[in-house]
Amino acid sequence: MVVIGKKKYQSGEGAQFITRRAALRKLQLTLNDFRKLCILKGIYPREPRNRKRAQKGEPGIKTLYHKKDIQFLMHEPIIWKLRDYKIFNRKIGRAKAMKDFAKIKKYLSNHPTLKLDHIVKERYPTFIDALRDLDDCLTLCFLFSTFPSLPHIPRDQSLLCRRLTIEFLHAVIYTKALRKVFISIKGYYYQAEIKGQTITWIMPHHFCFEPQAKNEVDFKVMSTFVEFYIIMLGFVNYRLYHTLNLHYPPKLTNTGNNEKILVDEEAYVSERISALNVSLVSLDPSIPAVEDDEIEIDQFSSETDATKIEAARVEAEKIQKLKNLFKGIKVFINREVPREPLVFILRCFGGEVSWDKLLFVGATFDENDETITHQIVDRPSINKQYVSRYYIQPQWIFDSVNARELLPAEKYLMGAILPPHLSPFIDNRHDQTYIPPEERALMDPNYKLDNLEADSDEEVKNDDNENEQEEIEKKKMKIQADEITKKNPRKKAKRENDDKNENEHEEIEVQNDLSSGSDEEEEDDDNDNVQIVEEEEKNKKKKQAQLEKKKKMKVQAGEITKENSWEKAKREKQEYRLREKMIKKKHRKLYKSMMKGREERAKEIWLLRKKRRIHDAEEKEKRKEQRKQLNKSKAVKV
Amino acid sequence: MQEHKDDICNKTQAKNMPNDEDEYDEYDSSDEEDTYNTVGNVPMKWYDDYNHLGYDWDGKKIPKPEKGDELDNFLKRMEDPDFWRTIKDPQTGQNIILSEADIDLIVRIQKQKIPDVQFDEYAPWVDWFTSEVMKTPLRKFPEHKRSFLPSKIEAKKVSKLVHALKMGWMKSTAEMQKDREKNQEPQFYMLWQSDDQAEEMRRIHKHIPAPKRHLPGHAESYNPPSEYLFDNKELKEWNKLKTTPWKRKLHFIPQKYNSLREVPAYSRYIKERFQRCLDLYLCPRALKMRLTIEPEALVPQLPSPRDLQPFPTTMFMVFKGHTDMVRSITAEPGGQFIASGGDDMLLKIWEVSTGRCLKTVPCGGVIRNIAWCPNQTISLIAVAADKKVLLINPGVGDDLISSKTDELLEIIPQSEKIVIDRVRSAVQWDQVEREHWSIGIRTQRNVRVYDLVKQEMVKKLLSNSQWISTMAIHPGGDNVLVATYDRKMLWFDLDLSTKPYQTLRLHGAGVRAVAFHKQYPLFASGGDDRGLIVSHGMVYNDLLQNPLIVPLKRLCHHESYNDFGILDIMFHPIEPWVFSAGADSTIRMYT
Repeated sequence: MVVIGKKKYQSGEGAQFITRRAALRKLQLTLNDFRKLCILKGIYPREPRNRKRAQKGEPGIKTLYHKKDIQFLMHEPIIWKLRDYKIFNRKIGRAKAMKDFAKIKKYLSNHPTLKLDHIVKERYPTFIDALRDLDDCLTLCFLFSTFPSLPHIPRDQSLLCRRLTIEFLHAVIYTKALRKVFISIKGYYYQAEIKGQTITWIMPHHFCFEPQAKNEVDFKVMSTFVEFYIIMLGFVNYRLYHTLNLHYPPKLTNTGNNEKILVDEEAYVSERISALNVSLVSLDPSIPAVEDDEIEIDQFSSETDATKIEAARVEAEKIQKLKNLFKGIKVFINREVPREPLVFILRCFGGEVSWDKLLFVGATFDENDETITHQIVDRPSINKQYVSRYYIQPQWIFDSVNARELLPAEKYLMGAILPPHLSPFIDNRHDQTYIPPEERALMDPNYKLDNLEADSDEEVKNDDNENEQEEIEKKKMKIQADEITKKNPRKKAKRENDDKNENEHEEIEVQNDLSSGSDEEEEDDDNDNVQIVEEEEKNKKKKQAQLEKKKKMKVQAGEITKENSWEKAKREKQEYRLREKMIKKKHRKLYKSMMKGREERAKEIWLLRKKRRIHDAEEKEKRKEQRKQLNKSKAVKV
Repeated sequence: MQEHKDDICNKTQAKNMPNDEDEYDEYDSSDEEDTYNTVGNVPMKWYDDYNHLGYDWDGKKIPKPEKGDELDNFLKRMEDPDFWRTIKDPQTGQNIILSEADIDLIVRIQKQKIPDVQFDEYAPWVDWFTSEVMKTPLRKFPEHKRSFLPSKIEAKKVSKLVHALKMGWMKSTAEMQKDREKNQEPQFYMLWQSDDQAEEMRRIHKHIPAPKRHLPGHAESYNPPSEYLFDNKELKEWNKLKTTPWKRKLHFIPQKYNSLREVPAYSRYIKERFQRCLDLYLCPRALKMRLTIEPEALVPQLPSPRDLQPFPTTMFMVFKGHTDMVRSITAEPGGQFIASGGDDMLLKIWEVSTGRCLKTVPCGGVIRNIAWCPNQTISLIAVAADKKVLLINPGVGDDLISSKTDELLEIIPQSEKIVIDRVRSAVQWDQVEREHWSIGIRTQRNVRVYDLVKQEMVKKLLSNSQWISTMAIHPGGDNVLVATYDRKMLWFDLDLSTKPYQTLRLHGAGVRAVAFHKQYPLFASGGDDRGLIVSHGMVYNDLLQNPLIVPLKRLCHHESYNDFGILDIMFHPIEPWVFSAGADSTIRMYT
C-alpha cells in the first residue's frame, strides 16, 4: 500500500527559501542584472533559522533569498527594462562591428532608461521611513559628489549628486536641524534631526578620491546604489522644501550668477560653497520663515513622571539655544581653513560668514570689516591682527556645537595646543564605558582636570601608589586580604573621582575571582575567625534573650566585634560563586560569555586609564622641567 | 624592355629595307608581318646548341652568323666608332646600329618622359561628354508625363507621417531632442502626500531594515585624548592581525593631528563605503533578539545560606596520625568515636571531642572500607582490608557492650552469597535501604534498585555518565545522590523518574565521596579538587514539592596528594558536623 505523505522540504523552512542560483533561473536574469535588481529593489538574502533545512539538506553555505522576495521581483516592471538593455547592448555591439554609425546614433538617441520613482515609494512607504534610511544615501552621495568622471559611471551622476546634496544642506540650514558635528580622521560627521529622525552622514575630507584596485572596489556596484539614492534624495528634498514653503529646485536670493558655467572643478566647488552662504527664496513671502516659537510641552502628555517632563523640557530649551548658537557672530574664514564644513555649521546656527574676496567667489564682507567678532585661523601666527576679534582655531566651532554653548575661547586661540576633540556620539548609558577626563569635566563643572593642577604632586604620588597596588591586586589574588586591610584607612582620604575608580576596580576584582573559579586558595584562618565571631554574636543575642529566664547560667559579656565589611563581602562572593554553579545548563554558556565580555570591557577601561596615567605623568615631568629651566634663567638674569 | 627593343629593331629594319612605299607601311605595326625568323617569341637560348637560329618564311634554317674570334671583335670594337650603338638582334643574330632617333627615344624613356616628343601634356582638355544641359535634348523622345506629376506613393507615405505627427505618435527631431534633454534629468514631484500615511501597495515581505553604522567614538577623532592612541604593543598587535582584520580591536589606527589643516584624506574611505554597499545587498539579514539582562539575572535565586543554618562552616579539628592516604572513615552510632583506615594498613580509632587517637589496629593490608555497626548494642567494626573482611571489636566506649560483643564474636558466622550472578562484572559497592527492604546496586554506569522481599529488580537509574564513583541514599529513602568521576553529582528522585532530577556540577574534578546527614537536611560532597562542599538538601513530605538544593559552603583545607583530594566524607550521626578523610593522611572535622 502506498502511503501518501508529504514530501520533504515542501513545507516549512525548506519551502520558504530559495538559493541565488535557483532565483537566477527563475527570473531568467544574469547575475549582473540580478545584482542590479536586488540593489534597486532593496532585496537582500536572509538568514534562516535552520540553515540545513532551508538549504534542503545541501551542505555548505548558500546565499538564500526568501521565496516571496523572488516572487516580488518577478512582478517588477524594470525587469523588462533590464532585458531591453540587453537587447540594446546587442544592437549597439552589432552596429559598431558593422561600423554603421547612423544606426549607432539612432540607437543611442533613444536608449532605454530606468524609472525608479515607484520603487522609492515601494521601499519607503512614508516620508519618515525615507528619512530614517537616509544615512547611507547621504554618505554615498557626498562621496560621489567628489568623484571625477570614471569609466562605468554615468557622467551626470556625480553632478547630480552635487546638486542634490547641496540642496539637502540648504534644507538643513533653513530648518536649523543640525545637532552634532564631529571631525574624524575619515571625514566630518554631521548629525541632524529632521522630523524626529536622527540622520547622520559623513562628508569626506578633501581629495578623498584615489583610484582603487579592480578586485577591491567595484565602482559599478556603488554606481547602481547611487542611481537609486539620487532618485530617493531628490524626492526627499522635494518634500522637505515643500513642507518648508520653499521653491524646489531652490532659488537663491542673489540671482546675479544664475548661469553656471563650469570653468573647472575648483570654480565649481567654490560656487557650491558660496551657494551655501546665500539664503533661499520662499514660495510665499507673506509667511515668515522658521518661527522661533517657544516650545510648549504638553502638560497632558502621557508622561506622568515629573522628572521626565522636566528633563524633556530642559532638553528642548537646550536645543532651542543651540539653534541660535552663533547668532550675532560674524566670522571671517582664513583661506587655509576648509570652508565647506565651517560655512555649513555657522550658517546652521545663525552665524554670518565670509572669506577672502579675491580667492573665492561669494564673499559677503571683507577681512578689514570692524564688526567681525571671530576670525578662524589654522596657522601658528598672523601678521596683521585686529584687536576687536578673536583669532580662533576651527575646532572651537565644532566643540561649541557639541557642548551646545559658546565655549571659552582661551584654549582655542591661535597657536594654542588644542584640547582633545571628543566624539559627541558616545552615550554613557552603559555602565562600563570609559569616560576621558576631558569629557567628565564637560559633564560636571566641579570636576578638575588632573594635568591642569600645578600643585597636585602629592595626589599624583598617591595615585601612583594606588596604581601599583591595584596592579598587584590583579596579579596576586592570594595576598588580597592584606591589600584590602591596607586600603581601608586610605579610602577616607580619597577624592570623589578616585572613589569611583576604586569601585570599578573592585568590580574587576570580583570578576577575576569568579573566573578563577574552583582552584582558589582562600579560607585562611582569619576568615574562620570571622565565622566564629558571627556565631558568638548570635549566641550572645540568644543568651541575652534568655538571660532573664535563666539567671543561674553565668554569662560573660563578650567583646562587641563589628563584622568586617570586606569579610562580609568575601563571604557573599563565595556564596555567589557557589550559586553560580547552579545556573541552568542552557544558560551556562550565555552566562560565561556575558561575564567574559564584561571582563574584557573592564580590561579595556583599565588599559585606557593606565595609558592616560602614564601620559599625564610624562606631561607633568615636562612641565616641571620647563618650570625649572624658567626659574634657572630667571635666577641668572637676577 | 626586350619587346621595346624588338619594336625599335623592326622599325629600323623597316626603315633600312629599301621597300617600295606602302600606304600602310607607316602605321602598320604588326610584328608578324615582317618578322624574319618564324620560331616565335621563344627564348633564343634554346638554339644555343644548334648552328642555326630558327627558320625563315620558306622554312629554311637561318644560320648563325659567324662570330669571329675575340681578338677580331676587340679590334673591331676599337676601330668602329658606332660600336656603342650597335646591338645584336637575337632573332637574326645580326648586328644593328641604332639610329639617332632611336637613341633619343631611349633617353626619353630612361628619363621617364613621354616617349613621343610631339605629345603635349598640357593641351587644353576637351570635354567630350559634358554635364551641361543642352537646350535641345540629344534624345529624340520627350519626358514622360509621369515625371511631371507628384508621386502617389510618396504622397501616401507623407500623409502617413503627417498623420502620425498630428496624432503625436511620432515626433519631429527637434521635439525629440527637447524631450531627451528633459528626460536626462530625473523629474521630482510630491511622492509622499503626507508624512506618515503609507499607501497600500505590494512591498517587501517581512522587511528587515538594515542596521545603521556604528557612530564613531573618541578614538576616531582627528585629535583624540592621548590614551586612545596606540602604544607600541597595540600597534604591533594591530599589524599582526593583517590577515584577519575582523579580530582587530579597532578597524583603523587612531591618529592625532595638531590642527585641522594637517588632516589628510582617509585612504580607506572609498573601500569602506564599498564594503557598506556590499553589506547592504549581500549580507543575510535576520532578526536577532538582543539580551538586555545583566548576567546576574541568570543566576538562580536561592535562599541565603544564613537562613539555612546550622551547617558546618569552619574547620574545627585535624586528626593527624596516619602516614598514608586515609581511604575510609566511619563514626560510632553514638557519635563519640570515629574510626579510620587507609593505605598505611592501620585502623585508628579517635575520640571526637578531644581529637586523640585511642587505638591503632594493624590490619595487614590496605584498608579499602570500614563501617561501624549501626546497632548500638554491639560494638563492632567491619574492615575490608586487602582480600579479607575483618570484624574488630574496638573496645572503646561502654565496657559492658564490648565484652558482650567479644562473646558474640566467638560464634563463627555462616557465609552467604548476596551478589546476583547477572551483574558479575562491574559491581563495586552496594547500599541497603533499610525501611523498604530494597537494595541498590551500583554498576559502572547505572544504579539498579532491587526489592529484597520479592527478589526482583524494581528500577534502573540511568546516570548518563561514564563512571559512577559513589552514591548516598537520603535517610528518607526516596532520594539518591550519585557521584561520578566526570565531576557531576546526580540527584535522583525515585518517585519522579529514573532520570536525574538535578545534575550538580559543583566540583572542578571527579567527585569521590558524598554523604547525607541522618537528621539535618544536609549533604556533603568531596572530590579530587580538595574541596568539601556542604549543601542544603531539603526533601519535603509533600510529594508535589520538589527537593530544594542549595550549596552552602565550600571548605578547602586538604592538600593534594598524587592528584587525590578528599577520599571519604562522613557526617556526625547527631551534630551538624562533617568529617573528611583526605589523601594528605589527615582527617578534618568541620563544625
